[in-house]
Amino acid sequence: MLKSLFSSEIALGLAQAAIASLLALIVVFLARRKNIHLEKDASIALLRGIVQIIAVGSILALLLRAPRWTSVLLLAGMVLAAGSISAKRAKNIPGAGKVSTYSIAAGAGLVTAIMTWAGVIDTAITSLIPVGSMIIANAMNTNGLALNRFRSEVLAHTGEIETALALGATPQATVRPYAQSSIHSSLIPAIDNLRSLGIVWIPGLMTGMLLSGAKPMYAAIYQFVVIAMILASSGLTSLLSTTMIQAHAFSSADQLLLKGSE
Amino acid sequence: MSAADQSSTDRAVLRAENLSRIVGSKTILSAVSFDVCAGELLGIVGPSGSGKSSLLRLLNRLDEPTSGTVFLDGQDYRQIPPRQLRRRVGMVTQRPFLFPGDVADNLRFGPAQRGESLPDSEITSLLDRVGLPGYANSDAAVLSGGEQQRVSLARTLANQPEVMLLDEPTSALDEESKHGIESLIAGLVRDHRLACVMVTHDRDQARRICQRVVLVEAGRLLQTGTVLEVLGA
Repeated sequence: MLKSLFSSEIALGLAQAAIASLLALIVVFLARRKNIHLEKDASIALLRGIVQIIAVGSILALLLRAPRWTSVLLLAGMVLAAGSISAKRAKNIPGAGKVSTYSIAAGAGLVTAIMTWAGVIDTAITSLIPVGSMIIANAMNTNGLALNRFRSEVLAHTGEIETALALGATPQATVRPYAQSSIHSSLIPAIDNLRSLGIVWIPGLMTGMLLSGAKPMYAAIYQFVVIAMILASSGLTSLLSTTMIQAHAFSSADQLLLKGSE
Repeated sequence: MSAADQSSTDRAVLRAENLSRIVGSKTILSAVSFDVCAGELLGIVGPSGSGKSSLLRLLNRLDEPTSGTVFLDGQDYRQIPPRQLRRRVGMVTQRPFLFPGDVADNLRFGPAQRGESLPDSEITSLLDRVGLPGYANSDAAVLSGGEQQRVSLARTLANQPEVMLLDEPTSALDEESKHGIESLIAGLVRDHRLACVMVTHDRDQARRICQRVVLVEAGRLLQTGTVLEVLGA
């Protein structure tokens, strides 16, 4: 229906974005009736999302003619932004920003670098940027989930942790079970994505490849490759951030710093 | 020999010197000093929110003093590695926080942190001392409050501390369990020659088992002396 109303692709896209946003706002309105207030967060997120993605689209349009190495700069910028966004899930943990940025850079960076070196990801900007950004975005989500869970677990088990410290345990030993459960729970979405691949959802990348004329079998296998890469980078990110954040949760005198008000 | 005489002749095992703790703009404790000798049970009494538990947490460095320090056997505790300090200055909290597993697992926890294994004979002996013979294989999760507090005491003793810190160890117990734990603590302090600091809001409890008392109010030390001097008859 929309296609007949708009002659230009950009106008059509904006109209489609408006309809999708409207649907999201209806859900926000329904949530409000249940006393769940998402209005501010959801409105800001929708606005930010459309502005950011249009900006990236414009940059991509310019980059198509730029040398290939510029994609590394763009991915590095994405890692910095992802670290900053993700750290907000770890309120009150000192050093969460640095930990998030380093972990995402290492997790997403290493997997992207290996797969590019192996020829799985093409070095063309049109391939490296979309696939790399998917890997970074998922690493960011996993990192946020892991840190948020770690913080909640530590706050819920302050007594157990300080009892173990008082008995002479190392800080790492006192939080080990909570770090393990944080890593495990943060990877549930990535694992579920793999488990439901093709059954519950056909991801966008595969859809895009099909639309651009790739053979369905190759598009399907490549989609699996991307989701598996996401699991690898998310797992590495979660492992690193949960390990590094432990050092920030304790003082140099092995005192628990991450706790409720005194 | 009276309690006051004893404290003046015995060497102080633990000495707090001008301990203060300020968090943000709030003064939790202000220049608190006292000492405790081997075989002595020192009570810290005061109303709720007076800083008693905060003071106890400074004594094994679970929190950092803003100023002042603690001397353990004459050595500034900042010179002692924290894990070693906490092995030597054991702590029993208001809630026992037993770890998952059986009672023996809980007793083995402290020694295991330094790579030592606690022999079964020592587990049996510790459980006998705290009045829980035959409990080694009992699931820690199904014990009563009084039993859990006894396991917590045995778990701290398994580290062979020189000082024992007790934070309201009977406040969550019924009257019968409370008196049982009081006798147990008094016996352990006497038999092991432990220097013991016990926080309590219960002045009658302090009268029953403490030799000396420190009275704290609004983060300040108001009085130190024998039970009779501070709390009266």
